[in-house]
Formats: sequence, structure tokens, C-alpha cells
Amino acid sequence: MSETPPLLTVRDLRVSYRTRRSTVDAVRGASLTVPAGETVALVGESGSGKSTVGLAVLGLLPEGAEPVTGSIALGGRELVGLPDRELRGVRGREIGFVPQDPKASLNPVQRVGAQVAEGLRIHRLVDSRAEAARRAEELLADAGLPEPARVAQRFPHELSGGMCQRVLIAIALAGQPRLLVADEPTSALDVTVQRRILDHLAEVTRDAGTGLLLITHDLAVAAERAERIAVMSAGRVVEEGPSARVIGAPAHAYTRELVAAAPSMAAPAAPAAAVRAEGPETLLAVEDLRKVFQVRLPNGGRERVAAVDGVSFTLERGGSLGIVGESGSGKSTTAQLLLRLDRPDSGRVVLDGVDLATVRPARLRRLRRDIQPVFQDAYGSLDPTFTVEEAIAEPLAAFGVGGRAERVAELLDLVRLPSTTRGRRPTELSGGQRQRVCIARALALTPRLLVLDEPVSALDVSVQAGILALLARLREELGLSYVFISHDLAVVRQVCDRVVVMRRGKVVESGPVAEVFAEPRHPYTRELLAAIPGGLRAPAPAVTAGTANAAIPQEKRLT
Amino acid sequence: MTRYVLVRLVNGLFVLWAALTVSFLVLHLVPGDPVSVMLRGGGGEGAAIDGSLADELRADLGLDRPVHEQYLDFVWQVARLDFGTSFSTGDEVGAVLARALPSTLELAGASLLLALVLGVAAAVAATLLPNAPLRSAVLSATVVGNALPSFWTGIILLQVFSFGLGWFPAYGDGEFDQLVLPAFALALPGVGLLAQVLGRSLRTALAEPYVRTARAKGASRLRAVTVHALRNAAIPAMTLFGLMIGGIVAGAIVTETVFARQGIGRLTADAIGAHDFPVIRALVFLAGALYVLVNLAVDLIYPKVDPRIVLRSA
Repeated sequence: MSETPPLLTVRDLRVSYRTRRSTVDAVRGASLTVPAGETVALVGESGSGKSTVGLAVLGLLPEGAEPVTGSIALGGRELVGLPDRELRGVRGREIGFVPQDPKASLNPVQRVGAQVAEGLRIHRLVDSRAEAARRAEELLADAGLPEPARVAQRFPHELSGGMCQRVLIAIALAGQPRLLVADEPTSALDVTVQRRILDHLAEVTRDAGTGLLLITHDLAVAAERAERIAVMSAGRVVEEGPSARVIGAPAHAYTRELVAAAPSMAAPAAPAAAVRAEGPETLLAVEDLRKVFQVRLPNGGRERVAAVDGVSFTLERGGSLGIVGESGSGKSTTAQLLLRLDRPDSGRVVLDGVDLATVRPARLRRLRRDIQPVFQDAYGSLDPTFTVEEAIAEPLAAFGVGGRAERVAELLDLVRLPSTTRGRRPTELSGGQRQRVCIARALALTPRLLVLDEPVSALDVSVQAGILALLARLREELGLSYVFISHDLAVVRQVCDRVVVMRRGKVVESGPVAEVFAEPRHPYTRELLAAIPGGLRAPAPAVTAGTANAAIPQEKRLT
Repeated sequence: MTRYVLVRLVNGLFVLWAALTVSFLVLHLVPGDPVSVMLRGGGGEGAAIDGSLADELRADLGLDRPVHEQYLDFVWQVARLDFGTSFSTGDEVGAVLARALPSTLELAGASLLLALVLGVAAAVAATLLPNAPLRSAVLSATVVGNALPSFWTGIILLQVFSFGLGWFPAYGDGEFDQLVLPAFALALPGVGLLAQVLGRSLRTALAEPYVRTARAKGASRLRAVTVHALRNAAIPAMTLFGLMIGGIVAGAIVTETVFARQGIGRLTADAIGAHDFPVIRALVFLAGALYVLVNLAVDLIYPKVDPRIVLRSA
């Protein structure tokens, strides 16, 4: 044990926000330590206060936060209570920050190079504008961006999300800080990009001996990347310790809950569809679907991009088909075409013998009863002025179905929402409850097929588990069929029996879930599987100290 | 780009045509005609109007012909930019306008500059001031400023600074000190409006994650506002400022009347009172053209401010 204090010590941190009506205690006693050069993951669900801890460390709590109590010491220097003037010297110079949403975290009207150079100029690490520009290009190159001189001249909207996150890493590292605070640095990114960014962060922090406070909701990411894990729940750090111990032998009940809820790669595949009395009968057949968009190029030209390019698959009655792929793979466009919210350029979408692509409008309207959507953004897909009852009854009213009050009660019961939610509006519900309302609305007209586009990606893992269980039960009880679109392979594995892997508008691989996941044939599928953060692949509910250690080599096997 | 400008200019011609047509219709629908105004104007209330003289005058001015002929004639004249002579003075309309224009340009320029500087300052103050009551005080002041009618503020300014304190002259144009009060009176509603719109978008911008990124680099609050938030928040304020330039003639009517300045606004008021068709027509043309050109200019500046905006001729 050396005499030097650890890089970052947070002791009994308390943060409250004062709102008009009440005071919210966001952080109620959080303590953690980040040793120099190590990675510590701060794990928790949304609302647990983990991001507030990150902001408190940076001294960037939003207005309305009451004076912080407790202690935040950086290398022995107390930061709590420092005036902003002095904190400005710490931010960017001693503590770097990698934010959550890369595209929104860069100034849209400023060139990327200037944004990297800004920190250098603020802290007078360069003598001239030209030197700042040159150094910014070096930083962009260090962040793994090709052609840094050209990237520096770009605006953020001209870069991909992954590139933006690399720019933000360059910004965070510009002042060669001792500590990096990364708040969900990859949750907005595709899984393969996520891995590359996390690899890069690990590399730069290791090389420079930088400490990393990695704030994440994803236990798997934490287990894979951090030496230590601190688990936060309701404003408190309930458990802190070496990663293997926290995952393998969680001491706190909440940690055990989190570990159990994390969608595990080793979880048993969905139970074979119960309703198959009539034998494997095709419900939906998609044949050679194509959709081309015209894209305007920055130079004024136009380019035709095939978002969906010759996609075919079939779905049995009672079956559940997963469509996986990264953003830009065309999976959401496929959903739009299945729902006939957009018209395909060619190809057929045959539901029970009727081609949705060419059916007449009046007939299509009647067919809409059979095929209903559930979207990712439950909040955005509910009218804020409608009560829960009005939202669920709307499709019934649209088709003139009577007895709506009883049907709403029945549907609320079906999705396990208390009848007291009837009169509430979307803002008064939790994320999981909103998605349940959306599912109830989709079920109102007793459809045969649900098209679910990333239905759980916006939800916390424990809430996610509840929705997935609900979907599995509904499928069994009502004999529904699902087209389940997701970027998350672990989730698809849980709820689907067949899977289609899409890339750049084409199907690269398809087959039964168990087969595709065990023996991926296409290199892209292998890449997707390998990119899933590992460490949690043992059967989740049965995790013990012994199996957790065995779980890590298992990831290597899958790769 | 060139195509975009051309399409917009052609659209602008339609706007001008519509404005002129509406003004033509309104002038011919309202009761009273220029000849009776002229004759009454000459001889006072009791002057007997010589019927034959009036008819002669009407024929002279072309007012005896059917309305549709007058309209076609009017369109043809405007198309050739031939605005004719003023009914009331007999001078070339071009010369009448040229006499009035400098005074108004001075007033408009000064008041727009004032509105811009004070508006931006108030918006920044309302977001940056360290204590909350002070911020809401600035905010309330902008609401009040916007709500005050400019004829009233004009009179109050005159009462206080001219008749009371004697700092500035009450009327006239040409000198700088004669410009101060009217420019303030004309600028005040604009200051309030601009500060409110810019203030609101500044607050929205300040809540964006990129501002946090800037602060995490070590930037001060002032720097975060001026370097990062302001340019992102500028678009709605630019739109508003464009509308303010376009609407300056309307504002000048009241202000120039209150401060007795011989400008375009005063000319407009007089020409409408006298049913002076040729002058009104030229003024409508001028105001319409200003509107079209300013809006086009604002639209052309958008992409320079925000690179995500692409100009597209619909």
C-alpha cells in the first residue's frame, strides 16, 4: 500500500434537485474509488443516480441542484465546493468527459477540428491557432479516425455515430487528463461499433495510465471492461468490489436481480410455439422485397440507395421471427413495408394469401386489423393528450367496435396493468408501463401478427425482462405471431424461434435461432455475435461464484 | 444555388403582383375618390365642388374608365416600372420617393441596429445573469417592451427626454440627435420580441448535450453561450429579424408621424389620406420588394449559420 491517495475518491456523496414542488434526492450517499490507471464501472438502471455522480465529479450538475455534500477528491484535492473558476481548470485538463449521445454531444454548427482544438486553446496547451489545428488532427488520428485532416474539416452531421464518439474521445483526451468519466459512451451505437470504441477506450487509458469511470446500465459491458464494479440503486452505491466477485457472488439483493435480468446468451431459446395444432402453416410470406430511396449527396448530386434489396422470408402461424442487423441494415424499412406504411418498389408481402403490396385501399384497411405495430419509442407513439383508455380504445373506435370500455379493461388485464392506470396520461407512466399500453393498443383488434420494432431497446434490463416475458406469454395465450426487429441478439434469442440477419438491405443468413447462434455461417453474423459484451453468458438465474469465472472463457468460445 | 435564387425571385414577382392587386382593389372599394379629396383639400370644407371640373380631372387622371381597364393599365405601368406622377403634387413619383427615402433609411437602420444589439444583449442577460430574480426581471422587461405600442412610447419619450429634460429635439430629421428618440421608439417592440425569441432558443440550446461537452472541456458559461449556444439559437431570431426589416415601413408610419419626420412612413400616411393612387402603388411596390428581397437574403444566410440546412427550391 503506497502513501499516495487513489486517483478519485468519492465519499458519501449526496445530491438533491429542487423542483417547483419538491426536492428529489438523486444521490443519497454514494462512495467509490477509482485507482490510478484502472477502470471502474458504475452500474445502475435509469434514475439510479449514476449519471448524477458522473456530473458531480465534473462539477457540471444542472441548475437546480442543491449544494453537494460529501467529498469528491481528485488525487487528494477536494473538488466539492470549489468555485467554477477553479473547476474550469480541472475540467478538460485533469478530468476528461465522454458523453452518452455522440451525435448530439458535438456542436452541429462547428467543424469537428475546431471542437477538438477548443480545449487545447482554453487550457493554453498550444501557442497558436495553427498549432492547435495541427494537434487536433493528431488527436483525431490517435482516436482512430482515418484521414484526420479531412475529418477535422467535417461537420458532425457528416460523420457516423461511431466517428462522432471517436471525436468526443479525442476531445476528452486533448488535455491529457488523469481521469476519464465516460457516461454510457456506447449505448447509442451499434454493437460492433460499440466493441471497437470500448476496445479503443481500454487501449488509450491503459497506455496513458488514465483512470476510467465507466458509467453504464449494461452489466455485461461492465463485467467485460472493468476491474471493479460499483452498483447503484435508488441513489446509493449498494455494492462495490472486483468485477468477478460482484457478478459471480453478488452480495446485495439488487445486484442479484440485475444479474438475473441481464439477457443472457446462454438463456434457453424461446419455448417452441405452443399453438401449432394446425401444423406449420405459413402466415406471412415476404418475397424479394425491394425499396430504393433517393439520397441527396452534399455535392448536390443524387444517389439511389437500396434500403431493402431482395429480402425474402416466411413466418409460420404462431411463429416468432427475429430480424437482426445494425443501423442502416434495412430492418426498420422492412418493418414499414410489412406494415404497409410504405409501399415497396417491388416484391410481395403475402399475409394469409393476400398481397399487401398491391391490395386495394379499402381491403388494406380491413387487413390492418390483422397486423399491428409496436415501436421502440413508446412515449413518442402515444398521443400525450390521450388517456391510457383513449389510446387503447382508439383502434376500436376506428373500426366501430362496440363495448369498448369492457374491452379496454380486458386488455389492461392482459398486459398486467392495474385498472387505476386507465385515466392516466403517458407522462404519468413509467417506460415499461407505456410500452405495455402500446402492446395493449396493438392487441385491441385481435391481430394475428405483431410487428415489433425494437420494442425493448429503450428500457432498463429489469423492465425489459418483464416486457419480454409478457410477449412470450401473450404469444402462447393468444396464438400470436411476431416479427421481432432488434439490434440485440441476446433478446432475439430469448423470444424468437427463427432469425434473419440483415446487412445493407440484404439477408445474409437465416435459419432457426439455435442453429444460427451456435454455428453462424456468414462472417457478419460471427462478427455480430462476437461483439456482444460477454461475461454473462452462464445461465443467468443460476449464477454462483463458480460459474461466473467459467463464464468468461465461454465468450471466447463463441467468438 | 443560382436556380434556387431564380425560382425564389419568380415567386417574389407573384408576391408583388398579389400585393399590388390587393392594394388596387382596396383603394377602389373604399368610399371617396382622389378628385373629391383634391378639390376639398384646395377650398376647405365649404368649397363648392364644380361638377364639370371634377369630371374633367377624373378624365385627366383616367379615373372615369371602367375598373378592369384601369387595373390592366396599372399592371402594365408597374411592369414597366413607370409609376407616373403624384395626384396631389403633380411631381414624378420617383422624385417624391427619393426625397422621403434618406430620412427613413436613417431611421430604419438606426432602429434595427438598436433592436439587434439590445435584443441580443437582453437575451444573453436573461440566460446568463447569475441570479434567478434578475433573469426574470430582464425577461419581464422584454415582455413589457414588446407590449408597448410605439405611438405611446414615442409620446412618453418626447415628454421625458425632449419636453422634460430637453436632451433631444422633439421633431425634425437630418441631425443625429433628432434620430435618437424616434429610433428608440421604433426599436423598442423589436427589442422585446427579439429578446424573447432568442432567449427561448438560447435556453433550449443551453440544455443540449454539446453545451455540456464544451463545459467539460473547461469552457466558461459565457464561452458556452457565445461560442456554442448563440449560433445554434440564431435561426429563429434571424427569421424574426427578417420579418422586422420587412415590416419597418409599417412601423415608420406611426413613428414618423409622432416625430414629424418627412420619411416614407409619413408619405404613406399622407398618400392614403389623399387617395394618391400612384404614390400608394409605388409604396406598396417598394414595401413588397423589400419584403421579398430580405426574406430571400435571410434564407440564403441560413446555410452559412447552420451547415445542416440545404436550400431546396420546392
